[in-house]
Amino acid sequence: MPDRSTLLRVEHLRKVYETGAGSVEAIGDISFTMNTGELVCIVGPSGCGKTTLLKCIAGLLPPTSGLVEMDGAPVTGPTPAMALVFQEYGRSLYPWLTVRGNVDLPLRHKKLSRAERDKLVTDALEAVGLRHAARSHPWQLSGGMQQRVAIARAIAYQPEVLIMDEPFAAVDAQTRADLEDLVRELHATRGMSILFVTHDIDESVYLGERVIVLSRSPTWVQEDLTIDLGPERDQVTTRALPRFTELRTHVYEQIQRAKRGEASAPRPTR
Amino acid sequence: MTTHTRPIALGPRGRLAWRRIVSSLLHALGLPFLLLGAWGLWSTFSANRFFPSPLTILGALADTWIGPAFVEDVLPSLYRLAIGIIVSTAVGIAAGTVIGLFRWLRELLEPLLEFFRAIPPPVLIPIGMLLLGITDTMKVVVIVSGAIWPILLNTIEGVRATDSVMTETATSFQITWWERLWFLVLPAASPRIMAGVRQGLSVALILMVISEMFGSSSGLGYRIAYFQRNYLIAEMWSGILLLGLVGIFLATVFGLVERRVLRWYHGIREVERA
Repeated sequence: MPDRSTLLRVEHLRKVYETGAGSVEAIGDISFTMNTGELVCIVGPSGCGKTTLLKCIAGLLPPTSGLVEMDGAPVTGPTPAMALVFQEYGRSLYPWLTVRGNVDLPLRHKKLSRAERDKLVTDALEAVGLRHAARSHPWQLSGGMQQRVAIARAIAYQPEVLIMDEPFAAVDAQTRADLEDLVRELHATRGMSILFVTHDIDESVYLGERVIVLSRSPTWVQEDLTIDLGPERDQVTTRALPRFTELRTHVYEQIQRAKRGEASAPRPTR
Repeated sequence: MTTHTRPIALGPRGRLAWRRIVSSLLHALGLPFLLLGAWGLWSTFSANRFFPSPLTILGALADTWIGPAFVEDVLPSLYRLAIGIIVSTAVGIAAGTVIGLFRWLRELLEPLLEFFRAIPPPVLIPIGMLLLGITDTMKVVVIVSGAIWPILLNTIEGVRATDSVMTETATSFQITWWERLWFLVLPAASPRIMAGVRQGLSVALILMVISEMFGSSSGLGYRIAYFQRNYLIAEMWSGILLLGLVGIFLATVFGLVERRVLRWYHGIREVERA
């Protein structure tokens, strides 16, 4: 779409871990951009440094070289423009706080009135369908509901981009489908920009408007694929489309090539 | 078939609940009463005057401690014990949090802490008497010098072991330093801290008695030693009984506070067990 402006720019990102036994190059050279209002999925073979990439983007890890830009300004540390949803919801939510307390905690340091904060929290819980559970503690809820709390916390924080790190890897298949539809819905109704990392190929094709396929470590962008499945998606009909099958087969082959290390070396700057 | 079995099934279930309550009461109190009975029986036939009968001791408990002795001995003891516990808990948690948060501080202090912890606190009594005299301050210092270690060391461990994902969450949401301390670090460490306080309480009680047995003119420990020297055997035993009651009282109060503070922790464990 023409009115979309660049929100996030990752340029020649490289991350080398210095360990006692020598250095390990986790990320070779990653470049991509993401526009405002986009839902981008990042998929890659296991151990390809997806989490490292996210941490660098979110400012939790300093990259060895390269640049992450948010709205044209370099990201050097955690920023209010991003909110993270972690894979381990059980370790990301604070069990001593109620659901409401968890969602409210990141808002405390924002200069908001009590009423504004309450409204944000209620609205976020409403969005994930957990308004009735506000006074429960996270451990009283099922895994899927706990991850909804983590999503509500991220929504209430009002970021410009929601970053999700394999958020549904630890929930069962049915819950997973519900949560995927929740992500689609947040994207559609609230126009949220979402960067979604997964190792699940079907999930990436079902959710994304674009799928970025990563190579194996040291990682580069192997393919940047547009998913032309339209904005209206449904667990049954979309997944039954021939185009869906084509796309998932394509991504699957790319991942297999990545695993075998057959893909071509990093392309020069795009 | 269900209509027939239901009333029959409910009857035994109600009786079962009753039986469970009675049996748990019997379990809790049965052995103590059995021992008391055996003791009473034995003491009536035995000529050993160092073991008076339980009834004599109960009588002595009422006669000795209800009245002026309560104000002169029991209250000062409890007062010193309370101050000692409050100071050890406050200083232990505060210092433990600071030491736990900063790695360099931890590495700097750890050998020293291990050394101080290894010193048996009662040896501080002679030093305390020299420096502070036979005062309340000396006794409180002795109590703190022993009771603080489990609290301090457990707090350090608890603070240090804050979950990495929880910490990363706090960082990514830019939670401020104070919020992080109050909403993440301290609650996360609270199970360890409470375990430390529990140990600290029993150490504090022991040191309260010992600090009073050395040159003192009031307190439970002083009074028990006094009775022993003057062959007031039933009174001596009644003092020991009173100490036991103080210990039970402390444990009960601690249990109430712990259940309140660690409700989430026990809740998680219940969910995991289910």
